Amino acid sequence: MSALLKMIPSVLMIVSPILITAIGGMICEKSGVVNIALEGLMGLGACAAASAHFFMESSGMGVSSIYLALAIGAGIGLLFSLIHAVAAINLNADQTISGTGINLLADGVTIFVAQILFSADRTREFQMGMQTDALGIYPTAYIAFIVVFLAWFVLYKLPFGMHLRACGEHPHAADSVGINVRKIRYIAVLTSGLLAGLAGGCIVLTQTIQYTSNTINGRGFIALAAVSFGRWRPAGVTFAAFLFGTAQAFTIIANNFPALRVLPTEVFNILPYLITLIALVAFSGKDYAPRANGKPYFKGAS
Amino acid sequence: MKKLEKKDSFASRLLGSDGAVSVLVVLLGFVVGTILVALVGRNPLNMYKAIFQSLTGYNIDNGKMNVRYIGETLNYTVPFVLCGLSMAFAARTGLFNIGGEGQYIVGLTVAQVIALLGPQVVGIHWVLAILGAILIGALWGGLVGLLKAKYEVSEVVSTIMLNYVALYLSRIICLQLPGATTYKTANYPTTALLNNALFQKLTNNSMLNNGFYLMFISIIVYWFIMEKTNLGFGLRATGFNKEAARCSGIPVVKSIAISMAIAGAFAGLAGGIVALGSFRYGRVLSGMDNYGFNGIAVALIGNNTALGNLLAGFLFGMLKNAQALMQSKQIPKEITFIIQGLIVVFIALRSAIAIYLDWLNKRQLQKEVISK
Repeated sequence: MSALLKMIPSVLMIVSPILITAIGGMICEKSGVVNIALEGLMGLGACAAASAHFFMESSGMGVSSIYLALAIGAGIGLLFSLIHAVAAINLNADQTISGTGINLLADGVTIFVAQILFSADRTREFQMGMQTDALGIYPTAYIAFIVVFLAWFVLYKLPFGMHLRACGEHPHAADSVGINVRKIRYIAVLTSGLLAGLAGGCIVLTQTIQYTSNTINGRGFIALAAVSFGRWRPAGVTFAAFLFGTAQAFTIIANNFPALRVLPTEVFNILPYLITLIALVAFSGKDYAPRANGKPYFKGAS
Repeated sequence: MKKLEKKDSFASRLLGSDGAVSVLVVLLGFVVGTILVALVGRNPLNMYKAIFQSLTGYNIDNGKMNVRYIGETLNYTVPFVLCGLSMAFAARTGLFNIGGEGQYIVGLTVAQVIALLGPQVVGIHWVLAILGAILIGALWGGLVGLLKAKYEVSEVVSTIMLNYVALYLSRIICLQLPGATTYKTANYPTTALLNNALFQKLTNNSMLNNGFYLMFISIIVYWFIMEKTNLGFGLRATGFNKEAARCSGIPVVKSIAISMAIAGAFAGLAGGIVALGSFRYGRVLSGMDNYGFNGIAVALIGNNTALGNLLAGFLFGMLKNAQALMQSKQIPKEITFIIQGLIVVFIALRSAIAIYLDWLNKRQLQKEVISK
């Protein structure tokens, strides 16, 4: 039992960024725009945060450097999600294509920047990442819970949230009662970019000491899976993120459990993806996705 | 009623042609990439020197010629073209196959397993390995099609999930192969290799291999199935309008499953060719090779046509081969990824052209109405 309790901090460390990203993805899809660029946006945020933290730390900024780096990561995520917003909302582009484009672009941009700034295919190591509190928990966990709570509150308790959900279910109906569909979708896409960037920063500042091309390693896609698996609801997405995060954490902590040590670590790596697939099949038939999800909105046409 | 005379301007005719737009988009990607290189204080000319050398084998700086570079470029082209065909085949049926990477990985894995454990008979061994790769790719892709057709699981989500399942499954399997360390297995027996003595002689011992032939056969197969068979007609009809196809008696469910299976077969073949053609040993993958993902870009640039795929795949092969040359000329090789990413983003933004042409037509109509 105590061994399980000891796991909690490391599970939280791994779950938090996935959860933050997934909530962003959920908000985005609730408004009717699919964002498969989450993976790339996380990478961009992580690279920006790692580079910013390295420079600010070496200029002697202390603890505030970490939070400023997180903010910069989030800002970069937001900036690049603007591409997706323009493509999906203004130009009625295919959202899968533009998301794929951003993912490919992010692969290049992050390492390109590292090559220019540090003359290596990774950012230079920073001295000190985020520190845990007295319970051994990283602040990212609290950030994640604040994000979940805020998302739930805004989506389900404020008029704005109702408008946002309406845009994802039936944009024409929303438009007819005076809701600005484009504006709301813009806010949703940019929020998802901001949160993905923030989450990327969280990963790099808690789990490693530099950004490499392997830092994100599919976590953005796990977050995307968590959105579908959690049936587009904050509680469901949180549960899914925990399920997937715990499966990932097992790759690290399986060593503490003799019974699990016999299995290759890859088995735990596969779990989140396999569970999602099985869940999608098991829950098929009833469609939980926002009805207008992924469809461009043509004003006037019905 | 008087027929409206349509006088298309040069711009609207240019923007109406898919091929011309693709060329434009690629050029735009290079322009932005060039500006980026200049902005960070490197000489863009070096980038083009590297690309020129990977294209022609001629080194502008010292005037030396080495045909080996041409061979390598062609060899890199093969998986790009095949993964592009995979994406394109599914796209013609209205499916978005992000799973090319996973299908590529399972193909690669099975080819490695057969190469190391299969019967070492000259002329049969490598054929078996390649067939195994095609078959497993088809199964892996067909599974997605089945889930989509039977349970309405979105192929975008399921293919992404299967990519990672494939990657880790491949690691589990390859770590059990003879002589496996953390990153490679024992060397293949020579009967499993795809190497081609003629190509090696012609291209100064490049890695170019029999996979090159297989690529051309695949392109012809793609073209033939799509354009010349009832099956292809049904698939295209399904892609244009699923409901209409269903009403005309085309088995839509079967079409989707078959289309994904054939798409998977192309990507699986790519995996098999890379495994046996470009390496002398099996690899324990630590990450994705990204041929599958770039295949998406290849198909988008090539407008899902056989010829377009060949040209776009060649462009990507050329860029990939130029990477090492760029790095030696102080140009970060990631600029090629940026250019590829930009191209895909610009293709997404291409929908702006439709909006622009629409606006142009409306304005012209307005003018004509007013002038009457």
